[in-house]
Amino acid sequence: MNAHDEDGMKNLLRQSLPPVDGDAGPERDLWPAMLRRLDVESAAPAFSGWTVFDGALLAGLVGVAVLFPASIPVFLYYL
Amino acid sequence: MRNGANGILDDFRLGSPETFESAFESLFHQHQRAVYGWILRIVRNSAAAEELTIESFWRIHQAHARFDPARGFEGWARRIATHAALDWLRAQRAESALSMEFCAELQAPSEADPAITAEIRSKTALAFGRLPPKLRIAATLSVIEELPQKEVAAALGISVAAVKLRVFRALRLLRKDLERQGITP
Repeated sequence: MNAHDEDGMKNLLRQSLPPVDGDAGPERDLWPAMLRRLDVESAAPAFSGWTVFDGALLAGLVGVAVLFPASIPVFLYYL
Repeated sequence: MRNGANGILDDFRLGSPETFESAFESLFHQHQRAVYGWILRIVRNSAAAEELTIESFWRIHQAHARFDPARGFEGWARRIATHAALDWLRAQRAESALSMEFCAELQAPSEADPAITAEIRSKTALAFGRLPPKLRIAATLSVIEELPQKEVAAALGISVAAVKLRVFRALRLLRKDLERQGITP
């Protein structure tokens, strides 16, 4: 695609999707909705970030370490 | 709470829970319009822009300890808003393509090129909606909104050269898509 083609594509794009008025504000004050969001998030139980998969992986690693203690230095090396 | 813009930013970053909440509310009221406008330019859907403004300020609320006053609140907020909009575009690719078509029908360009029919404009808008979101954002802000590439780069957290590359790739993919439909720009 040469510079002429690129200019043509830019013109086509501007014709197809005119710019929006970025100075236009929201139709309503969003602060009440923000407060609701903050309330919902603060009421939600804290998520530890751990999934079943994480737990299974940890259990597997502990199992391997118990059965094959010689593997512990290898795990530590890769940490 | 301390007075002035710097006092608000200090309270936002390091204040006690009470002064932090008050500073956050002040910053929300000061910047909600700018953040909304920025997001609207990217997603081109007013309902989504409202939702994403809330989402952006939620992320700002959570990340307040990482705020660097030396870099300014507006740029930081804009960058967070851009990433929130990018996440939304990734999750809503098909729907956003439809909203793009809707926009194309509603907003005829002020100086319409007679050689470009409404059908071509509609197909171009749909094809643009099918582009990868990362490329779409760069092209939307640089080409459609005609914003300085330095500003776009700062919002996306990439270099100006990377913005130019993304715009080029977006235009090339768009051209190929249109050519497959028998449209030669």
